[in-house]
Formats: sequence, C-alpha cells, structure tokens
Amino acid sequence: MTKDNCKKLVIDIISDIAPDEDLSAIKPEIKLRDQLQLDSMDFLDIVMELRKRHGIEVPEADYGQLASLESCADYLTPKFVAKS
Amino acid sequence: MKDSHYDVAIIGAGMSGLAAGIRLAHFGRKVCIFERHNAPGGLNSFYSIAGRKYDVGLHALTNYVAPGVKGTPLGKLLRQLRIEREEFALCPQKQSRIAFPDCSLKFTNDFAVLEAEVAAKFPQQIDGWRALVQAIRSYDDVSLDATPVSARDVVAGHLSDPLLIDMIFCPLMYYGSAQERDMEFGQFVIMFKALFLEGFARPLDGVRVIIRVLLEKFRQAGGERRMKCGVAKIIEEQGRAARLILDGGDEITAGQVISSIGFAETMRLCEPPQKEAAEKNTGALSYAETISVFNRAPAEWGWSEDTIIFFNDSDRFDYSQAREQVDLRSGVICFPNNFDYGDQRLPEGLFRVTGLANYDLWAHLPEETYQADKRRWFGEITRSARRFLPKVDDAVLTQAQIATDMFTPRTIRKFTGHLNGAIYGAPHKIRNGRTHLQNLYLCGTDQGFLGIIGAMLSGISMANYHVLQASTARS
Repeated sequence: MTKDNCKKLVIDIISDIAPDEDLSAIKPEIKLRDQLQLDSMDFLDIVMELRKRHGIEVPEADYGQLASLESCADYLTPKFVAKS
Repeated sequence: MKDSHYDVAIIGAGMSGLAAGIRLAHFGRKVCIFERHNAPGGLNSFYSIAGRKYDVGLHALTNYVAPGVKGTPLGKLLRQLRIEREEFALCPQKQSRIAFPDCSLKFTNDFAVLEAEVAAKFPQQIDGWRALVQAIRSYDDVSLDATPVSARDVVAGHLSDPLLIDMIFCPLMYYGSAQERDMEFGQFVIMFKALFLEGFARPLDGVRVIIRVLLEKFRQAGGERRMKCGVAKIIEEQGRAARLILDGGDEITAGQVISSIGFAETMRLCEPPQKEAAEKNTGALSYAETISVFNRAPAEWGWSEDTIIFFNDSDRFDYSQAREQVDLRSGVICFPNNFDYGDQRLPEGLFRVTGLANYDLWAHLPEETYQADKRRWFGEITRSARRFLPKVDDAVLTQAQIATDMFTPRTIRKFTGHLNGAIYGAPHKIRNGRTHLQNLYLCGTDQGFLGIIGAMLSGISMANYHVLQASTARS
C-alpha cells in the first residue's frame, strides 16, 4: 500500500458519499472542507466507510487527521500496511 | 421462529424509521423495523380505493432545492442514504399563495418572489423582514441541545404588523406545528427554510415513489422488516429497554431501540409505563382533509396558477384546537395537478383541502353519525376553501366529480397511532432523542425535524448520534 493507493481509496469513498461533488481536481494539501462541500455527517461517513470496507478504525480524537487528502494518506497508510 | 436478538430495533416504518434503518443496515448493524400496519409510510402513506391511488399526508415535499444546490437538508439526506436525486423524481411547484381577506402573498421556489411581495404589500416592514430572514439564515436549526425560545417573541422583535406576522406563521404552522398559537423558534426556522428559502416539489406518482426508494435501499442494505407486527410493550430492567413484547406475544431483545411512534405513545408502551410524562406532552392538534377527484384538470376552471394556498379569514389567525368538529376559518388547499411535471400530467384532477379538526368530537361517534358528519363537513370544508379560488358553479363541479374521500382525526389516530389524532405529535420536541431509558431513543415527529425531508433527517441523525457515532467514539 502506497500513499497514492491510499488517496485513491479515500477518493473512492468520498465519491460514493458525495456523488454530486467534482473530485477530479482535488488538491491533496488543501483541506477537503475548503474545496468540497462536506459537513460533519459526511466526515462521519468517511470514518464509517473506512471501517466497513477496510476494517480500519479511526478514533474520534483522530478525526482531525482526515482534514486533507495528504493528511489522510499520512495517517491511514500505516494502518493499511499494518492490516496487510 | 425468527431470530430474536437485534443490534437495533426500530419501532415504526414511517419516513424516519426507514431512514434510520437504512443507515444502520448499511453499516452492518443487524436491524429490524417493526410496523403495526401492513403499509409502510406512517403519516405519509398511500392507499387505493376502487383502483384509484391516493396519498395521505403529502401535499408537497418541502425543502426542495434545484439540482446543484448543496448544504441543504435535501442534499444531506440524499448523501446519507446513498440515494440518487433522480430516484425521487421531484417536480417543482408552480407557485403558492397565502390568502387572507384583504391581502395575499405569492411565493415560489425562488425566495426573491416572496421578498418582493412583502416589500410591495408591507413597505413599512421590509427592513424588519430582512433582519428576520438574516436571523433565520444564521440560526443553527439542527442543534440537538438548543434552548427553546418563542418564535412569536423573536418575530415580534423584527416585525410589528400583526397581519404580516400571521401570514408568515400560517403556512409554517399548518405544515408542521404541534404547538398551538406559537412555535419554538428552532421549529419556526426549520419550517421557514423548508417552505420559503427552499420550496415545494412532488413526484408525479406521489409519496409512494419516495417510500419505494426507501424500502428498496433498506432491503438492499440487508435490513429486516416485520409488517403487521407492532411493539406492544417495552420492558424496563435496570434503566434499560431490556426486552420488547410484540403484538403477537413474541419477545425480542435489542442492544438499542429507536422509536418513531411519538413521545407519549412510546412512554405508554414502557413497562412500567411513564403515564405522567406522557400526559404532560401529548398533542391536541388534529386535521381533517377532503379529497375531490375530477374527470378534468382543475386548470380548466381557472384553478391553474396555485399549487398550495394557505387561507384564513379571521381577524387574527388562530392556530389552535378546533372548537367545532372542523374549524372553517382557515385551511390549506392543494392542487397536486399544479406541479411542473414537464410533458407529463396526472390522469385526473385533484382538489384537496385540509383544516384544523377536533379529535374528541370525531372519535366517539357511532358509525352512522360519523359517516353522516363526514358527508356534511365535506361540503362545508370545500365551500369554505372555494372562497379563496376563482368562482365555479356547484353544478359544474358536481358533474365533473368522479370520486371523493375524506380523512378525519379518527383516521389519523387509526393509521398513525398518534394519540388524539395529533398530526404533528407532541407540543414539546425532544431534540436529542433521549428518553428515561439509556438505550431507548426517539426519532421522527417528536424528535422535531419537520416535514418529510425532516423526518428522514431525524431518523438519520438519531441513528448517527446514538448508534454509529457512539460506536466510533468507543473504538
């Protein structure tokens, strides 16, 4: 699992949660909230889908780590690696 | 014998129960919805008589926004339930009207239309109006822990003309207030946004389209549903809902229980029962509705412009329990034909009128009197409403009329289980959904997100807050 794979998995999740958002030009360094219309319900769904699809747990204290695509990859990639 | 333990048991297969069920099943919870009736939908359901389809509840779906508008309840719920916007097949209204004796305000799904009407007819009030709208836009109406404030008090801080105040309250109360004469400001904001800042729409085939989508999503997600199988008792042990006794006498257990059937109704199921709490918060506002079916579109009589008309002819609009069987002073007209269905049309003309009605004066009538009273009030209600429409001869309408139906407070009691036939449930909403039992929660009407979209969001919010979010917090 590379960081790029990880970003792709996160984008897959967001595209299912928010099919009305254009995800083709997301800038990895910029907060997702600043480029997409995502609210706290949507972020809860990202967390829930990570658990459902990949068995990855994100405790509430770590939600901040999911702010941008880059920070998602930094935080989640080791978790994916630990799983495989 | 079916399995008897669930992660979550949901009481009631209305909009909120189905939405909660979809969320929970989607995220792997073993969930079952128990519904006493054979039809899903609860307050917003449908039925057929003599091969003709009718809707109950739904005049118009509120909270409609055009495709591409984000961050509103409709968009949130589509995302949360993984529903494609097209599945609801929503067709927007043409225009609606608030009609009082010497003044009428037109509104559409474009808020600027209402604002222009207010500016033209209440020029002294327009600054206050704009300030009120600003206060509404910035209010956090989905907060689960807000302190209740009187909407009359807040509105009086911005508007001084009682006519304008009444005209604004009239539609908002009719489409969602369980409280007489006033609303909690949070409820007022929800309704103001739902009706005025957002708008009305309807699927061509009515509410059944929405219910079918919800049922299919729930099924696909792996949810279980038991119809004609209500919950008769919630047995309390050590501060928890330990077991549920079903109507047939079977017993099931669930880690968590979400009830959509109403606050007082849920309290009365509890064993030991919470009689005092139930009595203190039981609704009293009920409705009657007439439905006339015509062999032509109402537009042929000039009833073509308006989709919904909220009318009142008393000096002050009085939203309170009817003193007679039906209060003829105010009401709501709905023309389901007058939505913009593109090149499609409803096969027949429909004219619906809804008004405040008194449960006690309908509930205990012998069957023969009940039927006779229904016939008499049918005429009274439709005549009262027609005062606010272009004139059409009685004979012309009678000739075109091919079917009628009518519901009364008694019908509402029978099909929704709401005590007193209280259409919008308890006057005091329980926003965080908590009850005296630590694993029993409320969703739907008595949680307090209003309208069909609100009901679904209520189910979603309560499932998220009490079940899904709670589980991630623990991990």
